[in-house]
Amino acid sequence: MNTFGQHISQQFNAELEDVRQRVMAMGGLVEQQIADAVTALIDGRSDLAAEVEQGDVKVNTFEVHIDEECSRILARRQPTASDLRLVVAVIKTITDLERIGDEAERIARMASSLAKEEPPRAAFHEIENLGHHVRRMVGEALDAFARMDSRAALAVAEEDAKVDREYESIMRQCMTFMMEDPRTVKRVLDIMWAVRALERIGDHSRNIAEYVIYFVEGKDVRHISVEQMARELEKSR
Amino acid sequence: MTLTIQEQPQTRIDMQGISRPRSKASLADEDIALKVDHLNLYYGEKQALHGIDLQIPRKKVTAFIGPSGCGKSTLLRCFNRMNDLVDGVRIEGGISLDGKNIFDKDVDAAQLRRKIGMVFQKPNPFPKSIYENVAYGLRLAGINKRRVLDETVEWALKGAALWDEVKDRLHDNALGLSGGQQQRLVIARSIAIQPEVLLLDEPASALDPISTLKIEELIYELKSDYTIVIVTHNMQQAARVSDYTAFLYMGDLIEFDDTDSIFTNPKKKQTEDYITGRYG
Repeated sequence: MNTFGQHISQQFNAELEDVRQRVMAMGGLVEQQIADAVTALIDGRSDLAAEVEQGDVKVNTFEVHIDEECSRILARRQPTASDLRLVVAVIKTITDLERIGDEAERIARMASSLAKEEPPRAAFHEIENLGHHVRRMVGEALDAFARMDSRAALAVAEEDAKVDREYESIMRQCMTFMMEDPRTVKRVLDIMWAVRALERIGDHSRNIAEYVIYFVEGKDVRHISVEQMARELEKSR
Repeated sequence: MTLTIQEQPQTRIDMQGISRPRSKASLADEDIALKVDHLNLYYGEKQALHGIDLQIPRKKVTAFIGPSGCGKSTLLRCFNRMNDLVDGVRIEGGISLDGKNIFDKDVDAAQLRRKIGMVFQKPNPFPKSIYENVAYGLRLAGINKRRVLDETVEWALKGAALWDEVKDRLHDNALGLSGGQQQRLVIARSIAIQPEVLLLDEPASALDPISTLKIEELIYELKSDYTIVIVTHNMQQAARVSDYTAFLYMGDLIEFDDTDSIFTNPKKKQTEDYITGRYG
């Protein structure tokens, strides 16, 4: 199901569709920012890092414009039921997307500071994997949104635990590096900040997945475990 | 196998055309159809409208909102001189349609009403067939050719989003239609003579929610051809259908602005209080 049931007001349909499109476009841009930031970090490309830092303005602009459009819809259409949940979910989703954008920018900043020196190559493979993982989570959370698929949203929430484990493992590696060679402390700290940012992106994706479940099922599944979440969804079958 | 980030498809987002603020309606860009110039209206000794200055943009929907007795219907009725028929009414100031003052001595009220049609709160079809209701204005104008009448009736009924529901029973009595259908029939009757302006006085207040939404959707469609002025008690309706909103209170025009601004960030406290339900 990827279209809304048609309202009598064609214009209302068009407005909701427009907002949804904008969220998807914003999500696409944010995914790109993550990918570029991670590439900049791994390959030591300060040019790409600078691009990501500049790109954050676009993400912020999206947030402002979508917010404006949502308050306009609330004021003029008084949406109810699923329409209301859609607008509320959008308002919350774009906040998380904007924060993801900020995390990507943070990674890019670390990337340009690391690019100036010879980076320690170890642990980069894991960081690359983690970067890929969280980017996929963002993409899948948005797909779930587009398809109004609460099952897919649950799968995204389940992924978050794996991201946390990858994060822990990289942290342990980083500590080992610092103990082995204290001269790397400064650089490794930068890397840890970047990894921390990736882990946060996983959390934000989980938040978005929760808004999708709220939008589709009308259930608030925040602040409960993934298992409870799955049970809630099972009940609504 | 682990994918590396570089292998992801590179989809650069084109910012142009996606994230732009929605363009707001702005009076400065509008072609003005009706200009109200310092209009005072008295019912006997009592002044009902105080120096109203207002510009109604062409081919847009302008809504008048305000509490009962604020003068919004009185103002609407001025546009096609319905107040001429009320005893003891005195009007100062003017209203110009395309630059011509409608209160001038040489303006014929019947002619004026052909250009500025009106639809009332209660649907008022004539006790005639559906066809004859729509053809009525044309016959008055001396049009009797069957072919022209047929075509215009079909065109007007389609324009009022009623054709599909009545095309097989055009010669049934109009009073057999539902309230919502009757109201759309009356709108068809008004547009059959191709007015410039449509005045709608609470056009949906006697209808159920679905018929109301149909009328609202119709209003949205009609504005591509007509200038529409609507009076409504239902603020949400004004928010849904209009491009511009005027808030009247005790015979004064308090605020007139694009509807987005009125409903998201009104300039005057009185407007804010009224639309948020703090008035009275």
